[in-house]
Amino acid sequence: MNLLLEIGSGLCLLLGCFLCLSGGVGILRFPDFFTRMHAVGVTDTLGAGMILIGLMLQNPAGLVLLKLMMILLFTLFINPTASHALAKAALRNNLQPVLDESSNQGGDKPSKL
Amino acid sequence: MLTAATIAILVVMLLAIIRCVVGPTLYDRILAFNMFGTKTVLLISILGFLMGRPEFLDIALVYALINFISVIGVLRFSDSVEFKHSLQEQTSTKEGKQ
Amino acid sequence: MMNNSKALNKIPLEEVSYQMPTHTLSLCLSLSLFWWINSNYSNPLLLSLGAASILLVLYIAHRMDVIDHESQPVHLSLKMSGYLLWLTKEIIVSNISVVKHIWLGNSSISPTLVTIDASQRTDLGKVIYANSITLTPGTVTVDLVGDRMTIHSLLKENIDTLKAGEMDRRVTELENRC
Repeated sequence: MNLLLEIGSGLCLLLGCFLCLSGGVGILRFPDFFTRMHAVGVTDTLGAGMILIGLMLQNPAGLVLLKLMMILLFTLFINPTASHALAKAALRNNLQPVLDESSNQGGDKPSKL
Repeated sequence: MLTAATIAILVVMLLAIIRCVVGPTLYDRILAFNMFGTKTVLLISILGFLMGRPEFLDIALVYALINFISVIGVLRFSDSVEFKHSLQEQTSTKEGKQ
Repeated sequence: MMNNSKALNKIPLEEVSYQMPTHTLSLCLSLSLFWWINSNYSNPLLLSLGAASILLVLYIAHRMDVIDHESQPVHLSLKMSGYLLWLTKEIIVSNISVVKHIWLGNSSISPTLVTIDASQRTDLGKVIYANSITLTPGTVTVDLVGDRMTIHSLLKENIDTLKAGEMDRRVTELENRC
């Protein structure tokens, strides 16, 4: 049982690290601000979640588990709010996103704020 | 495994700092800073396990909250009139030089 | 208090008068749980300090008039767990797709900015929908004015999935069950 938990925790940590690294590569690789935001979204949701679940499996009893769950909950509540505020401020200050030409139908564009 | 996770997160933090320094616009920098903060929370939690000191989780919790407040605060400031004014002055002087 | 209950015109009158204590109670319970998890000392001094701070927070929240069905959505909590499970599945699927496109490079992405309609009735439903969209990697709600949301997405397919309206339908269902 103990070995099983250890293996599960290791797997979760490994997956979380891979997701975080992918997000880190994405933030350097993507062409503009709005696409970079999606890369950060990966590290913030599943990357952080997997690492915290991996830590939970290390010590599946007592107060530490509750605190880790609280950190996970706060991360999941806070990050969409922060990225929405960021995106809204960026669009409001006339930072135009780079769009794919084929999908650029004039009617769908948002009105100027 | 915990050590490997620590190293991976440090690497991600390095990538975020590179974007923070390179970032062409202000918002890229704020985004990278936000990501850096989230990764710091994870790093502190992992270090708590690595050193066998679960009290570190409290610090991680507080850091998560402070990170959110600071990002919102910076955004709020960047919306202010004075800030936009100084930004416009900067760009106009740059254009004047060119 | 009257303004808050007017928004809930679906609920019969006798339930409305019972509304405030439920929300205060739920706030009090969550605050006590928060204190207990973070302190975990049970000597009388610290417990009384905790009780005092909880009472202070309750008083301030009452003065600010923020204890209502929006800050304490207890009427949603039963249906919420099913929605959260579905959202988790959705997040995992879209994470895989975004990670794939990160490693495939810039030529494989097609950033799109569109405006779609939200069919939710209340503000709470709209906020849940917008936040679910933002929480799913690959799509970010940029703006929300009235019923129309501006959404930036990494791939065109993400927008097509959103326009198909499964998430919209589920959030509306969640909201209507209250």
